[in-house]
Amino acid sequence: MESTSELPVSLIPNHGSWLRYLSFSLDHKVVGIQYLVTGFLFYLVGGALAGMIRTELATPISDYLSREVYNEVLTMHGTIMIFLWIVPVVNGAFGNYLIPFYVGARDMAFPRLNAVAFWMIPPAGLLLIASFFIGGASQSGWTAYPPLSLRTPALGQLIWIFSVLLLGGSSILGGINFIVTILKLRRPGLKMMQLPMYCWAMLGTSILVVLSTPVLAGTLVMLAFDIVAHTGFFNPAIGGNAVVYQHLFWFYSHPAVYIMVLPAFGLVSEILPVHARKPLFGYTTMVYSILAIVFLGLIVWAHHMFTSGTPPWMRLFFTIATSFIAVPTGIKFFNWLATLWGGKIALNSSMLFACAFIVNFVLGGITGVALAQVPFDIHVHDTYFVVAHFHYIVYGGTVFIIFSSIYHWYPKITGRMLNEPLGIIHFVFTFVGFNLCFGPQHWLGMNGMPRRVSEYDPQFTLMNQISSVGALLMALSTLPFLINVFHSAWHGRVAGDNPWRALTPEWLTSSPPPVENWKGQAPHVEHPYGYGLVETNP
Amino acid sequence: MLDWLTILTLRASVITVLVSVGLILVGLAVGQRVDMLPVQASINAPVYDELFRVLFSIGTMLFLGICGLLVYSLVRFRRQPEDFGDGAAIEGNLPLEIVWTAIPAVVVLFVGLYSYNIYERMGGMAPLADHSVMHAMPASDPGSDDRVWGGISTISGETADLTVDVTALQFAFIFHYPEGNITTGELHVPEGERVELRMKANDVIHAFWVPQFRIKQDIIPGQPTVLTFTANRPGTYPIICAELCGPYHGGMRTSVVVHDRGAFDQWLTKNTPPVA
Amino acid sequence: MTSLSSASSSTTASTAPATTSATDSTPELHPSSDHHLSGDHEEHHGDFRMFGLVLFLVGDGMTFAGLFAAYLTFRAVNPLPSGGVYDLELLLPTINTALLVISSFTFHRAASQLRQGEGFGCRLWLLITAALGAAFLASQMLEYFKLPFGLTSNLFASTFYVLTGFHGLHVTLGVMMILIVWWQARAGGSINSESHFGLEAAELYWHFVDGIWVVLFGIIYLL
Ligand code: HEA
Ligand code: HEA
Ligand code: CUA
Ligand SMILES: [Cu+2]
Repeated sequence: MESTSELPVSLIPNHGSWLRYLSFSLDHKVVGIQYLVTGFLFYLVGGALAGMIRTELATPISDYLSREVYNEVLTMHGTIMIFLWIVPVVNGAFGNYLIPFYVGARDMAFPRLNAVAFWMIPPAGLLLIASFFIGGASQSGWTAYPPLSLRTPALGQLIWIFSVLLLGGSSILGGINFIVTILKLRRPGLKMMQLPMYCWAMLGTSILVVLSTPVLAGTLVMLAFDIVAHTGFFNPAIGGNAVVYQHLFWFYSHPAVYIMVLPAFGLVSEILPVHARKPLFGYTTMVYSILAIVFLGLIVWAHHMFTSGTPPWMRLFFTIATSFIAVPTGIKFFNWLATLWGGKIALNSSMLFACAFIVNFVLGGITGVALAQVPFDIHVHDTYFVVAHFHYIVYGGTVFIIFSSIYHWYPKITGRMLNEPLGIIHFVFTFVGFNLCFGPQHWLGMNGMPRRVSEYDPQFTLMNQISSVGALLMALSTLPFLINVFHSAWHGRVAGDNPWRALTPEWLTSSPPPVENWKGQAPHVEHPYGYGLVETNP
Repeated sequence: MLDWLTILTLRASVITVLVSVGLILVGLAVGQRVDMLPVQASINAPVYDELFRVLFSIGTMLFLGICGLLVYSLVRFRRQPEDFGDGAAIEGNLPLEIVWTAIPAVVVLFVGLYSYNIYERMGGMAPLADHSVMHAMPASDPGSDDRVWGGISTISGETADLTVDVTALQFAFIFHYPEGNITTGELHVPEGERVELRMKANDVIHAFWVPQFRIKQDIIPGQPTVLTFTANRPGTYPIICAELCGPYHGGMRTSVVVHDRGAFDQWLTKNTPPVA
Repeated sequence: MTSLSSASSSTTASTAPATTSATDSTPELHPSSDHHLSGDHEEHHGDFRMFGLVLFLVGDGMTFAGLFAAYLTFRAVNPLPSGGVYDLELLLPTINTALLVISSFTFHRAASQLRQGEGFGCRLWLLITAALGAAFLASQMLEYFKLPFGLTSNLFASTFYVLTGFHGLHVTLGVMMILIVWWQARAGGSINSESHFGLEAAELYWHFVDGIWVVLFGIIYLL
């Protein structure tokens, strides 16, 4: 494996000024970074909104925000975190940055489409934020269930619909691009079963995107008709049916949760082998389990509707189908554990986040399987138990992996290492804060605290305050991270091409990589996980 | 004759078995002791809690098992300073992979069937008590409000001792007792008798939830729902709206008062409006 | 050979020096080529874009599938108030169906003419196709005006208009695409018997829109 480290520094192409990150760039690496930075900015916004939620909930009475504003804040928190942070980052950012390397290409299949997809995101996000200031944002939760969403202020709801349509469109264009790139742009001779696992994860994710996002689009258009033209699709007052909306919405939004987590599964499969110095265990079963999750993910949506008056046979079906997702997911977890077993594990920041991901996700997954049981769900549906479940997964799972990935790929992206001690401080704060914040919410939900309320029974004060303190710690944890990222960009240790001695193709070029990824031909990587099989120089 | 390899494998198997048994015991112990739910105030609640304990036991085993394995690996296989070598190049192990596919499959199948048994015992699988209404649902009576959708129903054949009409609106519940023609904002029910709530919503979706009864049902405009329960512990419990229904969603709550029969009759007579 | 496929498929390629000249001076920074295609690149690239289009149509088809599902569910569980009709007039829609089905054939005809180098024939058939599409739209409009219900009359009416309207939007776009292709296929235009991705894309899209109509016709008018 020849690296480019012997190249004279002057040969490493100058990427030009930072202004190109504000341009309509066609370079997949630039687009990837655009996604990453934009997503992170929106994370700060979503996090600030979460901070407002937790501030309001620090006391049992509704005092800090007006009730309307509380609902706006919680709706925007959910929407921004999902559609502007998680989805663009795990798909758009890492997908665009890594996939062309992994398939041995110089760019994505449709670079122009790619840039278009990215540039749909900032206007959608800005519109959402702007809606706070022009007549109020949507107040009906990120699920926008009618008839409520037909009765809340129309402008905010319409802006919400429009933004989500834009974001969905962006995600579909991205998905098409990923599928074509992975299937058609592979370097000749590179077999599907030699692809790094992230490619498979993105293939599965993109299939879900293409199959399910359009249904959401159609649904939201109908909702918009109900608001603007006073049709009655989802308005029972004039003969419509509100539950049909829920089916259509969850037909997208359940797969959406796998759109948020499958790429993270892919990323963790890249990270663990490198820092454990062992091949990814069970490659083949990993691939099949991704495909199984894709398939099952499409047929379990009604588990969000166990109390919506669905008929018993439907509940039976959806309980069983949902529970079975634990099987392919479990395969992945056991494979990761087996990857660690017998390795030579470097417990750096990237690895700490990745391992914490395993812990958090298993807990979130177990509560998920519990929620899948109709009789169990009936008690805790729409309570803080559900809030705890999904934050354990979206935050404890996906966000942890995003951080892990940033520690892992930062040297490649910038050419410099992040500072380890700061990284560990970041990790400790995040992990402790996260568990303090969302752990107690399980108890709250089971004992009678519904979600989406700005006031609650005073008996829940203590647990809510613990939760708010946890949120504060999480907010503080972003400080060491930001300091680290900015400081290291200029003063970090120079990374060299391959600081982790990794085998996947992105490491076989300079850091940062040249415009067309490799100076020469794309390397042919037969064993992306060949630790112990392939020579790696210390 | 035993060579070293066999001894090692044997040792590993023994340890695995011991650890697994230990985990199962710990899981069961924790699951039996766990006390995280509000008081049980309906015949539904103990059934629910039984399921909860089983899920909690299984969850504890899995969680401790996986975390244990993880932490053990991180400690045992941590990289030694100056060791730049690689771990053993093991890429898979078919029997092992089959085992960890099969175990979760069996577990979730068990959990699924068991929870169905629980649901059946709660009355969730029973066809709705009011058959005529159920079958009248499609087409025959266009646009009417008579369509009844599932909730937790009476076990088939049994009928309710008390029927209450519930109307949910932004932001209150209104209870109407056909027997006695009482309308109130607070639900009163007799202990140990089967109560059937016939619920409809006027504006947006609400939900009826009593944590101590472990039941919840959405109240959906245009689609009346039925919920039955038998409260068995006198006292006052909160009724909480669990579906986001607007700004005052958090304030949409009232109480259910469970009386013994005598007290309930008193309440009934006291509140029945005089017939004009 | 494009820059993508320049590296040999030999397994030792990773150590092979970068010799192929095409690689370093590569103009194909963007392999999909939003740029003009020339010569032997075309097959390869055309392939991608076609595949991309197919995926797009799968997605688009899912939008329709969602709307169909909503329509069928509404019909099953939300009975119509008296006065709202399920039995639509059949004559006009049947003619419409015929128009669209025929137009699929005429489009096919246009494409095969082009492949045989018959530029004029191709353009003629394209015009006929566009005319059929326009006739479809006109007759759809006529039907809208004749219908006894409006967008908000009842659930059935709303779904009917949204479904047929969304489809009509597709037809409108299709007609515009045909006209663009027709213009590009003029003598000296960018579409000719060698390079005809645009035409094939439009054709595939047209068949898709046609197919959706057939399903829609079956579900809304016949069921
Ligand atoms: C990334 C996001 C994500 C992911 C991956 C998941 C994963 C899962 N979710 Fe979750 N979920 C959400 C995000 C997510 N969820 C969100 C956002 C909501 C709320 C939406 C809203 O209302 O606003 C929600 C709500 C939600 C509900 C509805 C609750 C309610 O509103 O009443 C249910 C019910 O079934 C559910 C189930 C599951 C299950 C079974 C999984 C499974 O995929 C989990 C599988 C994983 C494991 C089980 C762990 C690993 C497995 C093993 C170690 C093997 C052994 C395990 C066993 C044998 C059990 N989720
Ligand atoms: C998908 C990803 C995601 C992520 C990452 C998060 C992250 C967080 N979430 Fe969120 N959440 C959702 C998705 C997510 N959430 C969804 C979908 C809902 C449901 C919405 C609905 O019901 O409709 C929800 C709902 C929800 C609720 C329930 C509200 C309710 O039902 O009433 C709560 C309450 O505690 C909460 C808290 C938090 C907290 C404390 C974080 C923290 O982890 C956040 C940590 C990050 C920070 C704290 C950022 C730090 C930066 C700053 C503070 C800098 C300040 C910035 C500026 C000055 C610009 N979330
Ligand atoms: Cu009524 Cu919430
Ligand atoms: Cu789900």
